[in-house]
Amino acid sequence: MSVKILGKSKGFYDTYERRPGNNKKQTHYCPGCGHGILHKMIAEALVDFDVAENMVFISPVGCSVFAYYYFNAGNIQAAHGRAPAVATGVKRALPESIVISYQGDGDLAAIGGNEILHAANRGESITVFFVNNAIYGMTGGQMAPTTLIGQKTTTTPYGRTLQNEGYPIKMAEIIASLESPVYVERVMMADVRSKNAARKAVRKGIKNQIEKKGFSFIEVLSTCPTGWKMTAPQSEEWIKTTLVKNFPLGVYKDIADEVEPLDLSLNLATPERIPRLIGLEQDKMEFDTASMKIAAEIDQEIKIAGFGGQGVLSLGVWLSEIGMREDLDVSWIPSYGPEMRGGTANCHVKLSHNSIGSPLVTHPTVLVAMNRPSLDKFEDDVVEGGAIVWDSALIDIGPKRKDIRSIPVPATKIASDFGNTKVSNVVLLGVLAGFSDFLDPLVVQQVLPIIFKKKHLLEINLKAFQKGLELGRELKN
Amino acid sequence: MAKQFVKGNEAIVKGAILAGCRAYYGYPITPASEIAQTAALFMPLVGGTFLQAESEIAAINMVYGASGTGIRAMTASSSPGFSLKQEGLSYLAGAELPCVVVNIMRGGPGLGNIAPEQSDYNQAVKGGGHGNYKTIVLAPNSAQEMCDLTMLAFELSDKYRNPAVVLADGFIGQMMEPVDFPEPVTEFAEKTWAVRGVDRDRMNLVSSIELDPDDLERHNQKLQSKYEIIENNETRYEEYLLDDAEFVVVGYGIVSRLVHTAINQLRDEGVKVGMLRPITLMPYPSKRLAELAALEQVKAFSVIELSNGQMVDDVRLAVNGAKPVEFFGRMGGNVPSIKELVHEIKRMMRVL
Repeated sequence: MSVKILGKSKGFYDTYERRPGNNKKQTHYCPGCGHGILHKMIAEALVDFDVAENMVFISPVGCSVFAYYYFNAGNIQAAHGRAPAVATGVKRALPESIVISYQGDGDLAAIGGNEILHAANRGESITVFFVNNAIYGMTGGQMAPTTLIGQKTTTTPYGRTLQNEGYPIKMAEIIASLESPVYVERVMMADVRSKNAARKAVRKGIKNQIEKKGFSFIEVLSTCPTGWKMTAPQSEEWIKTTLVKNFPLGVYKDIADEVEPLDLSLNLATPERIPRLIGLEQDKMEFDTASMKIAAEIDQEIKIAGFGGQGVLSLGVWLSEIGMREDLDVSWIPSYGPEMRGGTANCHVKLSHNSIGSPLVTHPTVLVAMNRPSLDKFEDDVVEGGAIVWDSALIDIGPKRKDIRSIPVPATKIASDFGNTKVSNVVLLGVLAGFSDFLDPLVVQQVLPIIFKKKHLLEINLKAFQKGLELGRELKN
Repeated sequence: MAKQFVKGNEAIVKGAILAGCRAYYGYPITPASEIAQTAALFMPLVGGTFLQAESEIAAINMVYGASGTGIRAMTASSSPGFSLKQEGLSYLAGAELPCVVVNIMRGGPGLGNIAPEQSDYNQAVKGGGHGNYKTIVLAPNSAQEMCDLTMLAFELSDKYRNPAVVLADGFIGQMMEPVDFPEPVTEFAEKTWAVRGVDRDRMNLVSSIELDPDDLERHNQKLQSKYEIIENNETRYEEYLLDDAEFVVVGYGIVSRLVHTAINQLRDEGVKVGMLRPITLMPYPSKRLAELAALEQVKAFSVIELSNGQMVDDVRLAVNGAKPVEFFGRMGGNVPSIKELVHEIKRMMRVL
């Protein structure tokens, strides 16, 4: 069975080469089916508006899956229900194209319910044609989300019931309830008059897109003689007497004249601007690694732990940033996954002259404990001869081990004296720079302005660092 | 350009933009959300599109649409989200559309947890969706490779008109390391197959439907030959201390970093052990494994994964019974300590 689209528009291919079989002049649609007529209205409108070559046609899954046999345009065939998402990807990439998203009732209102709702809600600048024939045509007459109560289909053999399947879904009404869509109308393919009204709606929906007005949605009550087991005239009659009573025709929303055209232009950056735009050129400091005062063989595994909000993770990042500028191999990894249990935050930092394998620190050479639970949890893990730097203003009892170096620092107290307890981690950074052999204080002082870009923050942090540095040097001697 | 200290997840986006990607469609999920956040930050600045989609399914289909127009497009997620994208991946592979999909694997099955696992290996490497298709799969093990392999993924994906997956785990995504970012890519081959809303593309069709069984079989055969070419030309791996190795450990992603450290310890003890790290998981370095298995010096293989043992099947296929292949895995987001790894490798090598 096939239908010839009378007086073929230039919006269609001359011959339908993609159509299998010998019949390359007619469509695959059944006699009396509404798809062919709607296809013709769309093609005509595009030609009349002189945008046929700019069309990208998104075909759905359903009887109109083969729309690409016919439309003389770039065609993209989408997965079941996903046409509005595909259309979104196309339109955002090609704002000057005319994107037609064409779907049946199962495709749009059932499996693709989410995609249409959100494309409409975003106000994508596309035109959606929703063919509602209250049945799944292609798969053999199963129930659609728009099937009427009592209507028999192959999956509602006793008729659709309210209790089992609920009411037929009214998409035009739903879409019109959203703020973004500019034009929502329901039309029908029943007689000459209604088809003329449908043609007008098709043209308006496409014109809106040409004028960059936003999202247009045209629901078309359409015939399915095969699925309905009726003749073509009976089908048109059934739309007029029955279907339309459940799906009232009309303009549900039209604000196209009230809205300003959208600016959809793309401002693609030239390649030479890219590095700066993505923040890759902001730090070009050169460091003289040869004159740095750091040990010749560094292989530090550092764990920093404390409460969330104490700047535990930041301290780790700074150590790594400094290490990187000392030309060390560095890695940082936050407490993540099972280690987050217990409410403490911690991070693992490795600084090494050798290439770093595992970024995880199980046995730290230095543990920075910023609260009591962290000290309790990690004290035993520290390597023999390692160091534990701990905030003596917050932890009343220090490490028990005698085979490690205990470094009490009243960091929170010092920070509080500066008027901001948040800088306690910078005090600790200063202490580490003062007593250890892996941080060059001069490098740290140069890196701090990169970290603290705001002047008032930099000032207090430099002071806190200096205080910690002095303390660290005292501890070293 | 200067080295930058960045998270693996951030390096992906910067690499993608340097590779010319101008469309990111995604949905937030831990531990991959920094990818979406970084894309949201930078895509608008370079004139690209960032859109937080209504679902993972919508996101991958937006990528399908964007890619159909010929631009470089990507999405990223973590395991549960990657499952949702499988339908789209099947369509992309069927329609021969390029795109890059990142999966920062977390613990499963189901909602699982947000800790690192490598349990999506089979899903990523063997297809994942319906049909006879494969995606190119790259497995970074550092922040630097998060950038480099994302860029390579775009290149290979375009070259072969096939989706490419960057398969990393939560650790590689969350880890910060210095990254040396390359200069932006400026040369792109023209995509004559794309649909660009202009007159010359009016015969172009992006589709995965082939009604006729003979046509569909031909299409499938074409895909299989493509995978064969990819296997011959694009297999990448890294070897560590294999020259005199009697034992070959195979691990990818974060595991390869742990094994690297474990091997150093074992070498100090005089154990002749080395590592083969697959960088491409599809194509898999099967040929190289077979060569190693044929060496007299090599006594056995051991495969270490954060999974129930998925990649080990590919090692067994490659070794084909020539040498014993042992397996050790952790699951649930647990990561073996170096001590545990050293012990397990010794156990598997029977040198305890």
